[in-house]
Amino acid sequence: MFDRILPYLLAGISVGGQYALISVGYTMVYGILRLINFAHGDIFTAAGFFMVYITASMPMTVSVPVVIALTVALGFLLERVAYKPLRSAPRMSVMISAIGASYLLQNLMWYVTGGLAKQYPVLPWLSDNVQVFTASTKVVTIVTPILTIGLVVALVMLIKHTKIGMAMRAVSHDFETSQLMGIRINSVISMTFVIGSGLAAVGSMLYFTNYSTVTPTVGAMPGLKAFVAAVFGGIGSIPGAVIGAAVIGICENLIKAAGYTAFSDAFTFALLIIVLLFRPTGLFGEKTAEKV
Amino acid sequence: MKKMSATRLIVSLAVVALLYAAAWWAETALGTNSMLITVLKKGAVYALIAVSMNLLNGFTGLFSLGQAGFMLVGAYVYAVFTIPLKRHAAVYQYYNGGIIQFELPLLVALILAGVVAALLAALVGLPVLRLKSDYLAIATLGFAEIIRAVVQWDSLGPITNGSNLLKTYPTFASTKILGTTVLFPMIVAGVCIGLILLIINSTYGRAFKAIRDDEVAAEAMGINLFKHKELAFVISCFFAGIGGALLAMFQGTVQANSFKSAMTYDILLMVVIGGMGSISGSVIASYLYIACSEWWLRFLDNEQFIGSFQVPLLRSGFRMVAFSAVIMVVVLFFRRGIMGDRELWNLRLPGRKKAGRAKQ
Repeated sequence: MFDRILPYLLAGISVGGQYALISVGYTMVYGILRLINFAHGDIFTAAGFFMVYITASMPMTVSVPVVIALTVALGFLLERVAYKPLRSAPRMSVMISAIGASYLLQNLMWYVTGGLAKQYPVLPWLSDNVQVFTASTKVVTIVTPILTIGLVVALVMLIKHTKIGMAMRAVSHDFETSQLMGIRINSVISMTFVIGSGLAAVGSMLYFTNYSTVTPTVGAMPGLKAFVAAVFGGIGSIPGAVIGAAVIGICENLIKAAGYTAFSDAFTFALLIIVLLFRPTGLFGEKTAEKV
Repeated sequence: MKKMSATRLIVSLAVVALLYAAAWWAETALGTNSMLITVLKKGAVYALIAVSMNLLNGFTGLFSLGQAGFMLVGAYVYAVFTIPLKRHAAVYQYYNGGIIQFELPLLVALILAGVVAALLAALVGLPVLRLKSDYLAIATLGFAEIIRAVVQWDSLGPITNGSNLLKTYPTFASTKILGTTVLFPMIVAGVCIGLILLIINSTYGRAFKAIRDDEVAAEAMGINLFKHKELAFVISCFFAGIGGALLAMFQGTVQANSFKSAMTYDILLMVVIGGMGSISGSVIASYLYIACSEWWLRFLDNEQFIGSFQVPLLRSGFRMVAFSAVIMVVVLFFRRGIMGDRELWNLRLPGRKKAGRAKQ
């Protein structure tokens, strides 16, 4: 029994870690802008394509930081082009803009790649096989949770103990008042997009090492699931997002182990709906009173 | 909204009748397979779906992203009940001919498609409509994904044919009116859009708009929020179901996998381009959207020469890039879309003074 479930459990923890890295981006942006950044999944995909194209001409040690830098630049650009002009617009307009941006990014990637699935480069060491008890798996499975926890702890430190972190907390608490207190709102928002995209880039390296091919729409599903994870953990809460992602990743793979592969995606959304109904603020979310 | 004057009503109906006559004439002149006719048919289908979504998003202010799921239900109900009995063995080849051993007349199946989608919406709406704005959006999106997974479930195979195609059911080719295929989708879509218009101009419609403008104020005025939201959701999904059935007729085959959230986004963009809260805007935008993506911008996908100069960048896929860039421009800088929240038939005619405006 344990032997049969172990590979799925390992895969679940690994996928959960990758979702966690994406979902931090969602939760931070939502915490500050109250916006579901639908294009975040496409940023994740774009990071995959950057890797495909850049490793073709550069050694691995150079291309990893270059890919992260490019993804960060893309996230920054996305915010400046698609969200900044709508700062005072109704929330629905910003969300529509996010959907439009996602559409544009997907079509752009389709155009550049010709719509063909690209083979993801093999990252040395991460792709090696390793034996865990009775199951054989890739090193990335072991590295993912460790790396995720390390990055998230660093991020929480950043938010708790630095000036920009304090600004972020202030802005997510009260957008307008913090503006009046002299916080430069635009640079704070840009910073959240930079951090979110950087983590998505790391997440994409780990994810595609497992799944090996990149297509323009491949990021949509992990993106949505990462968002569900963020809601599950309580949107705006970073530890919540990580725990939510781990739960979703593990449950999804256990469902596959039980033979209901077709329902692994549906399960995520069923979980979302149940959480929204019984605990709309998620596991660790703050309660907010509705103002008239 | 102010009452339409009798002359305007007559003129509007006459214009619609003329458009139908023009469509009929175009098909007799150009033939069924011409691009124009395809666009007219697909545009009519999408116009209906976009209007149904606008009823929810634009008129009631409920940001729902579940449209594709309800279209899927409509498409499947239509297809399952109209596949001719003698074709069952071939279509349901992996499921021993399926378990539904009867077929319904086309129009009955079409209405049933809407009814089933509406019933499902009533169930889904009970929990989901308590949520607000983006939580509602993501929950309805989730439901659409769940519906897609359930329909493809192997155990439902004898009814839905699992993840295999449904085919050989009657398409637009079998619903010829006056010898043309183009009139049936246009008439069905026209009737449905007309019904939606009547709903919007009724007391219910005014209640919907009150909820959109300010939920708390609407509740204070005695509008039962949940009842009206549920009603808007059910009506919208009824027409989305019929739209899905029409889409199935247009395509000739249905597979659950094509009803992804991307399809909902397409429809949402049509609604936004047309203007949230404008029926005529949604119709115009759907036709523009379909015409551009299927027809007018096709040239961008091929290499073009002006004299001996090769236009750079043009190759497969560029059409969609240009198209989505235009959409972004509309979303960012022309947020009100083509029509805003006005209707084509209520526009002030040039030369008339502000009289019409003041009465509103």
